[in-house]
Amino acid sequence: MKTIAVSATEKSLDSPVDLRFGRAKYFVIVDPETMDWEALDNTPNINAAHGAGIQAARLVAENRVKTVLTGNCGPNAFETLQAAGIQVATNVNSTVRQAIERFKRGEISFAQSSNVKKHWG
Amino acid sequence: MKIVIASGKGGTGKTTLAVNLAAALGNQAQLLDCDVEEPNAHLFLPLVQGQNETITALVPEVDLERCNFCGACGQLCQFSAIVPLEQTVLIFPEMCHSCGGCYLVCEPGALRERSRELGVIDSGLSQEGVYCVYGRLRVGEAMAPPLIREVKARMDHSRTVIIDAPPGTSCPVIAAMKGADYVVLVTEPTPFGFHDLKLAVETVRTMKLPMGVLINRSDIGTAEVKNYCAQEAIPVLLSLPYSRPVAAAYSRGQLLVKAIPGFKEQMLALFEQISGRRQGS
Repeated sequence: MKTIAVSATEKSLDSPVDLRFGRAKYFVIVDPETMDWEALDNTPNINAAHGAGIQAARLVAENRVKTVLTGNCGPNAFETLQAAGIQVATNVNSTVRQAIERFKRGEISFAQSSNVKKHWG
Repeated sequence: MKIVIASGKGGTGKTTLAVNLAAALGNQAQLLDCDVEEPNAHLFLPLVQGQNETITALVPEVDLERCNFCGACGQLCQFSAIVPLEQTVLIFPEMCHSCGGCYLVCEPGALRERSRELGVIDSGLSQEGVYCVYGRLRVGEAMAPPLIREVKARMDHSRTVIIDAPPGTSCPVIAAMKGADYVVLVTEPTPFGFHDLKLAVETVRTMKLPMGVLINRSDIGTAEVKNYCAQEAIPVLLSLPYSRPVAAAYSRGQLLVKAIPGFKEQMLALFEQISGRRQGS
């Protein structure tokens, strides 16, 4: 099961993590057991006037992930992810692959609240 | 006639012009303060009698017992204000534009309307006999246009309506300008004033409204604004050089039509010019 979504600037496991959640280019969703992955296209959200974080949260929720690893996550996105039962780790600053490996080693701590204000990115 | 006083740049003198033009016209005028995020016409034209109303907008509220999580509301909403998830429905009231669509597509009837405060409107008479409608957005409210439309809904079409618009060129400005007969763009001959004037001109042109420019503090800065207006065939209605007595009266909250000899005549001449241009166009 592809249970982890990582915001990414490219469609690749070796892509850098996109530091913006709502306006990330892609979400690379990964099965941590097999490292099977696919990329979800979030580009329609990049230029959204408002609600980008909420829509991005919906996109990953619809793909039934349980965990989001990203750089920064604003309050509306965070609230939506929480309501969908998805745990969020912020300040992740590496490649997608490294982030997944750190997650598997239990080195990632999860956020209790958003780490940036509205309209941050 | 509806005259909107707008500008690109803030602090050029929109409110000063709006209150003095209205005061010069007296009881023939109605003044609408549509700069609801930072209203200050009331400082110059305080109301001596009037009323106060709270303005609300309708936003949805969900009954999870009735909801079948079909997702139709979330597909319809273009503003991410309602987000159906697998087991719950999130509502972000500050994103809601009160279109009412979500209630219509909700088959189980799980959505109800609830009202949310947008701000207040004070309306009444100033000492000079000007009819005033002053909008004031609730602190923390993000969307100004619904309140601006409510202020404009109180327009008295039998009078000359002077509308003090917000600065800039975004949605609140569009809401304030819509339906105007004439737009006066107040600017100053500085690089910032010039830059923002060009944006404002583009906005007014897109809205296909007739316009003229008032150059405030016309003796500072450069000739760029004047040259631009000439090149673009935009009439310069009035140029007001910097004046210390004007600045002093303004800073005391005084009306220039009262404090500065000849100012009232200048305002009345400006009004005649606008009326003439409008008929000529």
